[in-house]
Amino acid sequence: MRINRIALMAALAISYAIAMPGRAEVTQINGAGATFPYPVYAKWASAYQKATGIRLNYQSIGSGGGIKQIKKKTVDFGASDAPMKPDELDKYGMIQWPQIMGGVVPVVNVPGLGAGELRLDGTTLADIFLGRITRWNDARIAALNPGRSLPDQRITVVHRSDGSGTTFIFTNYLAKVSADWKKRVGNAKAVAWPTGVGGKGNEGVASYVKRIKGAIGYVEYAYALQNHMAHTLLRNRSGAFVAPTAANFQAAAANAEWAKVRHYYMILTDEPGKNSWPITGASFIIIYKRAEHPENTRAVLKFFDWAFHHGQKMAEELDYVPMPEKVVKMIETTWRDTVRTKDGKPVWTSASP
Amino acid sequence: MNSTAVERLDESAQAENRRAPRPLGDHLLHWASWSAAVAVLLVLGAILVMLFVGARPAFEKFGFFHFLSTAEWNPVTEIFGGLSPLVGTLVSSAIALLIGLPMSFGIALFITEMAPPWLKRPVGTTIELLAAIPSIIYGMWGLFVFAPFFADHIQPLMTETLGRLPLVGALFQGPPLGIGIFTAGLILAIMIVPFIASVMRDVFDTVPAELRESAYGVGSTTWEVVWNVVLPYTKVGVLGGIMLGLGRALGETMAVTFVIGNAHELHAALFMPGNSIASTIANEFTEADGEVYTASLIALALILFLITFVVLAVAKIMLIRMTTHQEGRKA
Repeated sequence: MRINRIALMAALAISYAIAMPGRAEVTQINGAGATFPYPVYAKWASAYQKATGIRLNYQSIGSGGGIKQIKKKTVDFGASDAPMKPDELDKYGMIQWPQIMGGVVPVVNVPGLGAGELRLDGTTLADIFLGRITRWNDARIAALNPGRSLPDQRITVVHRSDGSGTTFIFTNYLAKVSADWKKRVGNAKAVAWPTGVGGKGNEGVASYVKRIKGAIGYVEYAYALQNHMAHTLLRNRSGAFVAPTAANFQAAAANAEWAKVRHYYMILTDEPGKNSWPITGASFIIIYKRAEHPENTRAVLKFFDWAFHHGQKMAEELDYVPMPEKVVKMIETTWRDTVRTKDGKPVWTSASP
Repeated sequence: MNSTAVERLDESAQAENRRAPRPLGDHLLHWASWSAAVAVLLVLGAILVMLFVGARPAFEKFGFFHFLSTAEWNPVTEIFGGLSPLVGTLVSSAIALLIGLPMSFGIALFITEMAPPWLKRPVGTTIELLAAIPSIIYGMWGLFVFAPFFADHIQPLMTETLGRLPLVGALFQGPPLGIGIFTAGLILAIMIVPFIASVMRDVFDTVPAELRESAYGVGSTTWEVVWNVVLPYTKVGVLGGIMLGLGRALGETMAVTFVIGNAHELHAALFMPGNSIASTIANEFTEADGEVYTASLIALALILFLITFVVLAVAKIMLIRMTTHQEGRKA
C-alpha cells in the first residue's frame, strides 16, 4: 500500500515532466490576467485556432496576477481591466492597448421599479454608496424621478468583496463626479467601502441584489443583460439620461481623446457626448516593447489584430463592445512604431492577413 | 524509473517479504517511509517560513500587535489592520461551537444510548455523509436557501425578542439581510456537527459496557448515566472532537465567503456583515497588487495558521492524554 503511493507519486512526476511546455516554434501563445474579458478571448482563441492552428493559452487569474506574470516574463502577454500607469510601463519597457470594452451598470432591487425606470446622476449615486442617502424616497432621488412613486425603504449597498476591474471602473467614475468620494474612498480595484455588503464576483453582487429588498449594486453590463437585472439610467456629462447599451458604450469610446494620453491610459468614465454611457471601461493587453522572444510577440500581435478585424461579431454575441475602428488604427500604428526586436527591427510589419 | 517498474518492485518486495525478509526490500521500504515522513515536516516548515517571509513587509510597516489591533483596511491608502477578519473568524467559530456542540452531543447521545438498534446505523451513516459534502455546497445552500428564509422569518423575530433584552440585545440588531456573521456561524455549526458528533459517538462507544450497566443497575436515569459515567470517562476525547470541529470552523473558506457579507467592518451586532481571515484572503488575493497589500493578506494567513496550529495541538495533546489515561486504568 505504502509503496503503491510512491508509485503514484512517480507517475505524477512523470506526467508533470511530459506536460512541461517545450520551446519549439510558435504554435501557442501564453497569456494571463483579467477575468472579465475571458469569455470573449476564449471564443476568439477557438476561432483563431481553427483558422490558423495557433493555440491561445489564456489563464484568467485576475488583472493583478496578469501584471505580476508579465513582469516575471512567464507569459507572452498580460491582460488587465485597469490600465497600468504610463510611468510604470516605461520603467519595465512595456506597452499596453485597449482590446475590448464593456460597461458597468448600477442594478437595483426596488419593488415597483423595472429595468431602466430609475434615473440617477453621478453625485446621487456617490452619496448612496457613501451611505449618505439611506432611503429610496430621499428627496434627491425623488427630484430625479418626477412622477414616480418611490418606496419608503432602506437602501442596502452591495459592492464587490474581491478586488476587480469592475470596481476600478466604478470607483473611477464616482471619484470623477464626487469630490467627497475622491477624498474619502478613492479609486482602486478594492477600496474601503463606507457601507454595505460585499459579494464575490459579478454573480455574488447579482445574487445579493436579487435577494435583498432595497438593494443597489453594480455589475458588468453583459452580466446585467444576461440575468435580466433592473438597471438604472444615468445622467451623463452632457446632461442626458442614457441607458447602458452597446451603442452608448461605443459612443463613450469614440468621444474619448485617446491621442491626448500616453499608453492609452484612459478610463472611459464620464466622457463627453450626448449618448455616452458614463461608466464605460476597456480591458487592456500588456506586452514588452523588446521581448526576449520577438516571434512570440509577433504571434500575440497577429492574434489580437485578427480579433480586432474578425472578432467584432463574436464579441457582440457575448455582449462585449468592440473597439471603434478609429482606435484600432491608432493601436496598429503604436505597434508598428514601438515594438522592436533586439536588433531594432520592427516586429509588427503588416496588417491582418 | 516508471510507475509499472515501481509496482513490479512493490509486488516482488511483498512476495519476498512473505517468504524471507530481503535486505534490499527492507532498505527500500525503510528509506521510502523515512523520506515521506521527513517530506511532510519539510513542507510544514517551508509553509511556515514562506508565510513569515511573505508577511514581513506588513509587520515591519504596521507592527505585529498594531496589525492585530486595528481594523482599518484600505487598499487605496495601503493601511491595513487585521482586527476585523480576526474578530470575524473567532466570533463566527464561537457561534458555530455554541450551536453545534449541543446538537452534536444530542446526536451522539441518541445514537449510543437511546436509538433502537435498527436506527443507529442509518443515523450514523447520514452524519458521516454530511461530513463528505463539499463546503461550497453548504455555502450555496446558505446563500440561496437559508439566508432568504432566515431574513424573512427568523431574523425579524429574533430582533423583536432577543434584540430587546438588556446587554445582549445589541448583538441581535441589524437590517434583515439574512447574511452576516450570525448566518456564517450557523452554517459553520451545520458543517462541524458531523465531525464532532461522529468523534463523540466513537468515544462514547469506548465506555465499557459493565460501567454503563452497573450505573443503570443501581437505578440511574439515562441522563445520570451520561452525565456522571459516560462524559467523565470520555471527556478528553470529547474535547479532542470539539477541537477538531473548531479547527474546521476557523479555516473554512468558501461557505463563509458566501454568507458572511464580506465587509471590513466591526459591529457589535451579529446580523451585520463582516468577514473572516479565510474569506478575506479568498476574496482579495488575486487582485492584491502592491507589496504591502499582499504582505498583509499573507500576515492574515500566518495568524490563521498559528490559531489553527494551537487548536490542533491542543486537540492532539488531549487525545494523547486520553490514551495514556485509559492505558493507566487498564493496568
